[in-house]
Amino acid sequence: MRTDSNEQDLLRGLAQNDKKSVETIYKQHYNMVQTLIVNNNGSIDDAKDIFQEALIVLYEKAKSGTFELNCLIKTYVYSVCRRLWLKRFHQLQKFTPEVENMEDVIPVEEELEVFEQRNKDFMLMEKAMQNLGEPCKSLLESYYLQKRSMMEIAGDFGYTNADNAKNQKYKCLMRLKKMFFEQYKK
Amino acid sequence: MQEIVMLDMIERYIRGEMLPEERVFFEEQRKNNPVVDQMVVEHTIFLNQMNKYGERKNFKSSLHDIHNELFEAGAIKEESGARIIKLWRKYKRVLAVAASIAGVTALGISGLISYLSPKADTKDLIYLGRKLSILEINQKSLNAKLNDFKTPKVPAEPAAKLGGTGFLIDVKGFLVTNAHVVNNSNSVKVQNNKGQEFNTKIVYIDLKSDLAFLKINDENYKPLSSLPYGISKTSGDLGEQIFTLGYPRDEIVYGEGYMSAITGFEGDTLACQIAVAANPGNSGGPVLDKNGDVIGVLSTRQIQAQGAVFAIKSKSIFKALDEIKSDSTIIKSDSTISDIKISPASSVKGLDRIQQIKKIQDYIFIVKSY
Repeated sequence: MRTDSNEQDLLRGLAQNDKKSVETIYKQHYNMVQTLIVNNNGSIDDAKDIFQEALIVLYEKAKSGTFELNCLIKTYVYSVCRRLWLKRFHQLQKFTPEVENMEDVIPVEEELEVFEQRNKDFMLMEKAMQNLGEPCKSLLESYYLQKRSMMEIAGDFGYTNADNAKNQKYKCLMRLKKMFFEQYKK
Repeated sequence: MQEIVMLDMIERYIRGEMLPEERVFFEEQRKNNPVVDQMVVEHTIFLNQMNKYGERKNFKSSLHDIHNELFEAGAIKEESGARIIKLWRKYKRVLAVAASIAGVTALGISGLISYLSPKADTKDLIYLGRKLSILEINQKSLNAKLNDFKTPKVPAEPAAKLGGTGFLIDVKGFLVTNAHVVNNSNSVKVQNNKGQEFNTKIVYIDLKSDLAFLKINDENYKPLSSLPYGISKTSGDLGEQIFTLGYPRDEIVYGEGYMSAITGFEGDTLACQIAVAANPGNSGGPVLDKNGDVIGVLSTRQIQAQGAVFAIKSKSIFKALDEIKSDSTIIKSDSTISDIKISPASSVKGLDRIQQIKKIQDYIFIVKSY
């Protein structure tokens, strides 16, 4: 089944984190997932968690460039959510519920393995960032995530010049890298 | 200095910002020097991870915003399905009748029980507040003197008489501990796991339930980000795994155990019995379930029995809080009290224990009563 061009546009928008596209996808599919989770012993918060995780899976896939969706976004999101929800139940070591299929399902195991690995990396970086403390955290985020120049950063953080800011950034970066790689290489 | 220049070069190389000749020169270096090559490889991995981290972080926050916007605009609904509503409409009246019958019966039974049940003899219990010994007091004042040189904040007060544990229920600085830890004290201070001390005032003491509410009143206190644990309105089940965090000494100590009885000493239904190692100083500390929700406040230990520790059920916190909020003299003294909001759900659910503790420990304080 070829997906129509409308859905392709949405995916391209999603990959850019374009607000309009994300909002459309959110609006179209959230209620379906909420019904799925709530009907299967979940709470509304669970539904929100699971749905947002599924959108992250879709986002990172769309971003990877090699991605070609050969089913509807709806089917994909539904399948991922269903799998994530079953998995969470399994982790809590409760009973594994029978989740009845209200929609079509496609296999997504492989995708979720990739997602799991990325989750781990993300949490590693998040933890390292947190342990780093201020002002290092904000300093590095300004430079590497918001891609701001050393000049601007020096002004904002009250360093006398860009060189001083650079020095400080270097020290912070070394600490962050050390913390990150200590865990990452395991 | 040399390394900064090197790193700068590597970053420009990875980003493709080098001039052609510079690039050739650098690649030459990379080929001849394995250390340089290793640095480039490592930094590429790191920048890649950093990018992914940033992208996901951004995306997560836009998802969060979109959810709230759509919800406010009414485009998505947070309700648990139409089926339940239909059932509710249909059986509303039946339910009302049933509920009122149940209510009357429950009242009758609880009246009977309170009439017939034996009064607890508190002689057999010891409070788990910690007497700080002379030695420790001396050591502390010595430490305080040493700290004079480092910190602007001078703990030059007489040493504490009694110590316990307390935990935040609201990041604005509201803590819960045991009433017996702070009762009869002139002043109360709390100390976090990094050793910072904060002045605290007692908002409310309820000797009956043995709960006390404190508020941190200190300009050095910076509100922490939202609470990692929730306070549970339900009490746990028999045999459920629990854990505790407290300060039987100046270091935070973790304890693990299980719920061993759903009532407390001599059938006290406001408390429960847990099997966990507890020592003086643990008093007032939280008892958490495996999801990281607070289900009780550790309070007493039976003198003759080993391993019989009692905790006040967390729903007493809600009850006490309601009493506080309805007391106009307390509210008048500090209007922020009426804004106390207790989050019902933990955000560390599903994490492994080590991660849970890492997130929770900053919210647990030593309570020192002078």
